Amino acid sequence: MRLGSGTFAACCVAIEVLGVAIFLRGFFPAPVRSSSSTEHRAELPAPEPSAGATSNWTERPSPLFSKVVIVLVDALRDDFVFGSKGVRFMPYTTHLVEEGASHSFVAEAKPPTVTMPRIKALMTGSLPGFIDIVRNLNSPVLLEDNVIGQAKAAGKRMIFYGDETWVKLFPKHFVEYDGTTSFFVSDYTEVDNNVTRHLDKVLKRGDWDVLILHYLGLDHIGHVSGPSSPLIGHKLSEMDNVLMKIHTSLLAKERDSVLPSLLVLCGDHGMSETGGHGASSAGEVNTPLILISSAFQRKPGGIRRPQRVQQTDLAATLAIGLGLPIPKDSVGSLLFPVVEGKPMREQLRFLHLNTVQLSKLLQENVPSYEKDPGFEQFKMSERLHGNWVRLYLEENRSEVLVNLGTKVIRQYLDALRTLSVSLSTQVAQYDVYSMVVGAVMVLENPARPHSKWSELELLIVFGTLGHVLSLGGSSFVEEEHQTWYFLVNTLCLALSQEICRNYFLEDDDEPPHRFPMEQGFDCAAPALQDWRGYCVPRPDRVCKRRLPSAVPGGLERWMVLASPWLILACCRLLRSLNQTGVQWAHLPDLGHWLTSSDHKAELSALAALSLLVVFVLAQRGCSPVSKGALALGLLGVYCYRVAVGNVLFPWRPDSKDISKGIIEARFVYVFVLGILFTGTKDLLKSQVLAADFKTKTVGLWEIFSGLVLLAALLSRPHNLPVLASSLLIQTVMTSFIWKPLQHSTAEITVMHYWFGQAFFYFQGNSNNIATVDISAGFVGFDAYVETPAMLLTAFATYVGPLLWACHLVHFLSSERSSSTALSHACFCYALICSVPVAVYIVLVSSLRYHLFIWSVFSPKLLYEGMHLLVTAAVCAFFTAMDRTSITTS
Amino acid sequence: MLTLLQRVTQGSTMKNTDIKRLFYAHLLCVFSIILSTFVPSFFLESFSILETHLTWLCICSVSVIAVNLVLYFVVKPNVSSKRSSSSHKVARFLKCCIYFLMSCFSFHVIFVLYGAPLIELVLETFLFAVILSTFTTVPCLCLLGPNLKAWLRVFSRNGVSSIWENSLQITTIASFIGAWLGAFPIPLDWGRPWQVWPISCTLGATFGYVAGLVLSPLWIYRNRKQLTYKNN
Repeated sequence: MRLGSGTFAACCVAIEVLGVAIFLRGFFPAPVRSSSSTEHRAELPAPEPSAGATSNWTERPSPLFSKVVIVLVDALRDDFVFGSKGVRFMPYTTHLVEEGASHSFVAEAKPPTVTMPRIKALMTGSLPGFIDIVRNLNSPVLLEDNVIGQAKAAGKRMIFYGDETWVKLFPKHFVEYDGTTSFFVSDYTEVDNNVTRHLDKVLKRGDWDVLILHYLGLDHIGHVSGPSSPLIGHKLSEMDNVLMKIHTSLLAKERDSVLPSLLVLCGDHGMSETGGHGASSAGEVNTPLILISSAFQRKPGGIRRPQRVQQTDLAATLAIGLGLPIPKDSVGSLLFPVVEGKPMREQLRFLHLNTVQLSKLLQENVPSYEKDPGFEQFKMSERLHGNWVRLYLEENRSEVLVNLGTKVIRQYLDALRTLSVSLSTQVAQYDVYSMVVGAVMVLENPARPHSKWSELELLIVFGTLGHVLSLGGSSFVEEEHQTWYFLVNTLCLALSQEICRNYFLEDDDEPPHRFPMEQGFDCAAPALQDWRGYCVPRPDRVCKRRLPSAVPGGLERWMVLASPWLILACCRLLRSLNQTGVQWAHLPDLGHWLTSSDHKAELSALAALSLLVVFVLAQRGCSPVSKGALALGLLGVYCYRVAVGNVLFPWRPDSKDISKGIIEARFVYVFVLGILFTGTKDLLKSQVLAADFKTKTVGLWEIFSGLVLLAALLSRPHNLPVLASSLLIQTVMTSFIWKPLQHSTAEITVMHYWFGQAFFYFQGNSNNIATVDISAGFVGFDAYVETPAMLLTAFATYVGPLLWACHLVHFLSSERSSSTALSHACFCYALICSVPVAVYIVLVSSLRYHLFIWSVFSPKLLYEGMHLLVTAAVCAFFTAMDRTSITTS
Repeated sequence: MLTLLQRVTQGSTMKNTDIKRLFYAHLLCVFSIILSTFVPSFFLESFSILETHLTWLCICSVSVIAVNLVLYFVVKPNVSSKRSSSSHKVARFLKCCIYFLMSCFSFHVIFVLYGAPLIELVLETFLFAVILSTFTTVPCLCLLGPNLKAWLRVFSRNGVSSIWENSLQITTIASFIGAWLGAFPIPLDWGRPWQVWPISCTLGATFGYVAGLVLSPLWIYRNRKQLTYKNN
């Protein structure tokens, strides 16, 4: 059998799906994660290893510090403290670093160097991967095991002042908080005064265990005027004063308490030479980390270079310092200088706890963990540790004990470093190899040769190109719906212009003058044609088009003229139904008005009307049996919505009994399956018996209306008008635009695609994961069943593109007698869907270190991947239909 | 043979003078826009395009209409004005006014269909419709009169019958494209004052119109050898 271009396109799309899957696998590395959930907080700490002897120390080690103050200065670069700026503007801190009881480090932050992931890294000790965001469905609350949560569980009282990201991450953890917003970048005094103003009161009170301060001013100065601005110096002295105030107050309080307190000064990320952050230049990843406590030994003079550590090490250190379990997903290792002053037994215990936690994480994430050098070192040091404990319990107080202890410590530190490194490399790198393979597989597709194109189709592709290029801007991705609404509107206006010209200029239908100027016009002003409509035909085509259709008279003529405006009005109404995107998402829309409980009656009327319109429009092409099934099914949809409590029966306006509507939903499912079955049966019949052309058309329409019924069941009641108007626009376009004007297959395909995309956004979707309507997956089910829930959610999300594609198949196979129409359409559809994905993948790869890569571009990448999967399904359907038509003919 | 040559040279010189007149007329329009931008700041306090945008829109629109009317009476590009009575002229003028208003309203409707807010910012949207009508409908009315069929003819392919109509086609389409492209910066999150509806669109339309005014005589001059019109 000849391999049609449609089949070829379908195969290419299938390959592209594979490519995107590989790319995604590389782009979103699975994070290192402890499989056990966060519930077993009460789990006992790992006991001290003891070779043979029984240890008498099994409970968790007690805290080292009574109070902990964390001063986090946003965008504090290491040279602001340790460099010449620090000496000039932060004298007190420099004094502490050089001579005081403190330990200073340079902590390396992993990209993306943006505040929220960095806070997560500091508090969980893990490296947040994008997949977390998907798992939590953008819920801002930090669900992983973290120091703050552990401290809350241990009954510590925590206070927070500063960037409100913390309040979003830890909404119920602080006994007192005041969030400042980082929205006004140009404000760098007020934002910090709002933090400092609480300081005196809080330091005097002292009824807290942990105090966290997050200063944003420095970051704002960096964004506005860069790291060499004189404002930086002022801000650094201000921070120095804050630090001095806290430190003196802590020292004064310390006299009353048994345990010393700890003051931490750190930055979440650095600052590039231009003042921004987000990428991975040295200035952005290197932050100072200074731990100050009277428990530490005063260092003798002499300047030492601060040790380089990872930012994730802070979580483990804080947990040990506060006597808490180390967060389970932490990949950091204890900052050993902090516990150096403790007795040998305690030092060993802390190191042991840390290594046990890391090796557990390694066991759960690496299949061949036993061969890992870190794990081997861990086993060895644990054995040595056991020996040491036995000697210790035997009251052996000789030199041997000290020597052995030092050796064990060294061994432990080595093990910790190796474990930490091998865990971090699991996540830190993008899987570049997979990314390249995936990108190459995707790119190979658009590069294939294609059959000849008319100029008109090229114009349509220019519109698509504009959209594709807009995907490089984060705002255009956030507001992609605007692009589609804009394109669809322009398409309608262009159609209207074409119709007007065809109808009003008919009278003087003399043969068009082929002016020589046409050549010049073609080269010089392609942009003009672009505006004049994507569908402005060439004069010769106009004649060709007009000939077959006799001039329609009277009413129909006016209907044809009015139809683009009807569609435009429909689109405008739908647009105000659901506000989506980011910038204007907060504006009131019709959807919210309808779903509020005061307007239940209006919602019911609208839903009933929409279902009626759906029935009237969808029943036309069906066989009598399916008509009945469709009517009953749509009634069932309404009953389901009543049972769920969304809408009302007019005769029972105040019924309160709300159920899950399982019976009603399953009732509708039966009819959906019935209609789909009838449709498939008709299709098979037309193929096997080589029956008339009509059976096939009816079969296709039945499949279409079965999907419409399913969509009606799954979409939320205020979205039923979207479904109804989608059917309405399809009907109007079919009978008044495509048939009389005789557009080519490619044009019709592209129009279907554009409308499908616009309807994707009309129903309230956006490029943000949070707008996916998961409730669709639960319709008709008692509990969560994974496979159907995923399928139903995917269908409900992509219902717009799917229904339009399905309509395209029906339209082409009923209108176009030529068998190549379908394969040509399939080819066009595959091309127009896969080009944006291909270009987008290249864009995302080059924007890997963009500030918004996690919040904007990555969700869009997931959407594109899913859309491609849907496209592949559609193309498979096309190809199947194409085969049927080939066999029939 | 000689007569033919004479006719050809005569035609080309006629065309050259015509292009010159077109160029000067367009320069006048451009100057009217520039003046409307700078002159009012001498009379009005705190006048600037962005902050007192609506005032600027009104002034710009009025001055462009005035220049177009002056050009209509001075240059008289369409020779077709037959002997007509004054009452006929008044009726024609009223018809033009009605057409202008209708075009303003229909542009307003189209903007709302494109997503402009329905209830808020009505004045802004309407003034944008007015300025776009000024750039597109007013020259059409001056040149072609209230004759829809002629408009459709000019704006379909190969329908132009003089360089005036050709330049009209180019400037009108350029204004539309400018307004259309002007909508693109709106969703960007730069927070600039000119991104507010409808400033970017009006500025886009103005730039498009000016570009059309400047480019169309040049383009016609460059392609004068290829251009032959039905009625010339």
